[in-house]
Amino acid sequence: MSDRDTVLAAIRANKKALPADRPKAEPLPVPARGQVEGAKRRDLFIRMAQAASASVEVLTSPEEVPEAVANYLVAQNLPARLVLASDPAIANLPWHDYPMIAHRIGAATVQDHAALTVAFAGIAETGTLALLSGAETPTTLNFLPEHALVLVTTDDLCGTYEELWLRLRAATDNGAYWPRTVNLITGPSRSADIEQQLLLGAHGPIKLHILLLDLDA
Amino acid sequence: MESTADRFVDNAHRALADETLQQAMGHVRVNFIEKRRLAVEALPEFEALRQAGRNMRDRVLADLDKHLLAFEAKVLEQGGQVHWCVDAEAARNKILEICREAGARRVTKGKTMIGEEIGINEFLAAHDIEPVETDLGEYIIQLRHEAPSHLVAPAVHVTQKQVEETFRQVHRDLDAKRDLSEPRSLLSEARTKLRQKFVTADVGITGANFLVAETGSSVIVTNEGNGDLTQTLPRVHIALASIDKVVPTLDDLTVLLRLLARSATGQEMSVYTTLSTGPRREEDHDGPGAYHVILLDNGRSKMLGTPKQDLLRCIRCAACLNHCPVYQAVGGHAYGWVYAGPIGAALTPALIGLDHAADLPNASTLCGRCEAVCPMQIPLPDILRYWREEEFKNGAAKPGRASQSIRRGLRLWAFLARHPRLYRFATGIGRRILAGRAGRAGRLDKVPLAEGWTVNRDLPAPSKRGFHALYRKEYRG
Repeated sequence: MSDRDTVLAAIRANKKALPADRPKAEPLPVPARGQVEGAKRRDLFIRMAQAASASVEVLTSPEEVPEAVANYLVAQNLPARLVLASDPAIANLPWHDYPMIAHRIGAATVQDHAALTVAFAGIAETGTLALLSGAETPTTLNFLPEHALVLVTTDDLCGTYEELWLRLRAATDNGAYWPRTVNLITGPSRSADIEQQLLLGAHGPIKLHILLLDLDA
Repeated sequence: MESTADRFVDNAHRALADETLQQAMGHVRVNFIEKRRLAVEALPEFEALRQAGRNMRDRVLADLDKHLLAFEAKVLEQGGQVHWCVDAEAARNKILEICREAGARRVTKGKTMIGEEIGINEFLAAHDIEPVETDLGEYIIQLRHEAPSHLVAPAVHVTQKQVEETFRQVHRDLDAKRDLSEPRSLLSEARTKLRQKFVTADVGITGANFLVAETGSSVIVTNEGNGDLTQTLPRVHIALASIDKVVPTLDDLTVLLRLLARSATGQEMSVYTTLSTGPRREEDHDGPGAYHVILLDNGRSKMLGTPKQDLLRCIRCAACLNHCPVYQAVGGHAYGWVYAGPIGAALTPALIGLDHAADLPNASTLCGRCEAVCPMQIPLPDILRYWREEEFKNGAAKPGRASQSIRRGLRLWAFLARHPRLYRFATGIGRRILAGRAGRAGRLDKVPLAEGWTVNRDLPAPSKRGFHALYRKEYRG
């Protein structure tokens, strides 16, 4: 018998039906906190992301993105250089107006200090970003550079995780085009493995800077 | 991993006398508990989620074969592979086979308890494949040739000074005079060292906190980002999971995610929760070219339908360790195998046999805090009691066991209890001696015939007059 058959046979021989008083199915609790809309949802997202040590900058038009990026690099005392996702929401921005920023489009390498990519969604409940792998949004952009800059629009903010899954199922033809990687990212990387002292910037980014595009503002 | 679970008593004695360990364990007693409390208080639905999570896990276990097959079908559909393994040896061989097919010489590893359970590092190293732990805590203990002592914080028993000593010893290529006095500099050094390993690894091995049948995904939950570099950069990704990790849908997953980080570290969400599904797509610029899931049984299917089944609900948050007075005192290594604390005391006998872990169920005061904080409401004290009864049944046939001396003591007590005059006489003498010795302090730091017990504890002194004497005086005049 193969290991597969052995394991399945053992499970079938030993498994026990649920006690009669247990529900066969039941609605799962969804925290009330995330069930908000509009400005409340935006404010919750900002508050929770900041509580997780991300920084959030609200912009009102896509054209403001290159300038915000340039200012960020200066403020962090970084070389004016970054790698960009090829997603049109980023690649089509007026980068030519900022010739001092040397940018490259594609996946990240260990030499990259800063990257800008775009999130599929944000989840207000916990201030989390949902990023999908794909030709236009390589996963390495989320992890290799020390500074991860992520663009997300208020239209793409979900209140709860349940809402995120609904949108993701809809966007992937009910899972038929499911991406290799779904990253749920809440703040910059950290470790408390040395005597429980919390340090930001372990193997992933030291800083997570969220550019929140609010077209209604 | 080799077990010393059959030597808990000796292990615990050593741990209590180890001043460095005691210093390190102080952080557990404070940090984890307070952070969890605040996070739980900030989510009014926490108790409802516990209930829903428990029920959902029980529903899955009642139909485990169905959910595993659904998961397998989705993984295959997404271009991945699933390898069912009955035991540790089968899993090790399968992993080696995959590594050899990939021509692997170096393997990076995310944190995986299943990896510890099957002893994958030693096995790969013995076959000339270099395993590199990349979680900071795991990296530290790999360099120190130690086992993890905590489910979430594997190096919680190591002090900062010891980390510095280890790094100086191992990172010999770096300037001997470099400043490593700050935790930040230790972290940076590890980050730099491991970056070189990440980009040169051929295979990445991670654990899996959960498997999602709906999408055929393995899920890891981490804070450092090492797990993601491990499963993104090498050519091959192997996810190690036991059969109890499967959940039906993304919404079911969400219930457990809402419980896990809050119970483990007091975070709303861990920094990185990642769903991996199949290998990289044709158009992707990064990600592994092959994706394998090792589905390990190793004794778990035998737990179904028994009093131990509830242990299969565990999500490895370590809240039971953090809140356990015994774990806090002796740390994780005393438990002698992979899983420490109350969950370890209850699970280890089921996985390696009660004969090899007979003392573990006694490593508990049955105070019940573990069950009270368990997000999956696992009745840990009941299961420990079950094991004690099993061990008592076994012990009759096996002289020399701890249960033998317990048995003698109980027999003596039972004799006295059936002879009230003798009982009062004997306890009266004992009481007078102890009360006299304690003097005004009311506490005893040494008790005749029980020195072992009082090495690490004080005994509250008995009052000079016992209950019977007081009762006679008050109610019978």
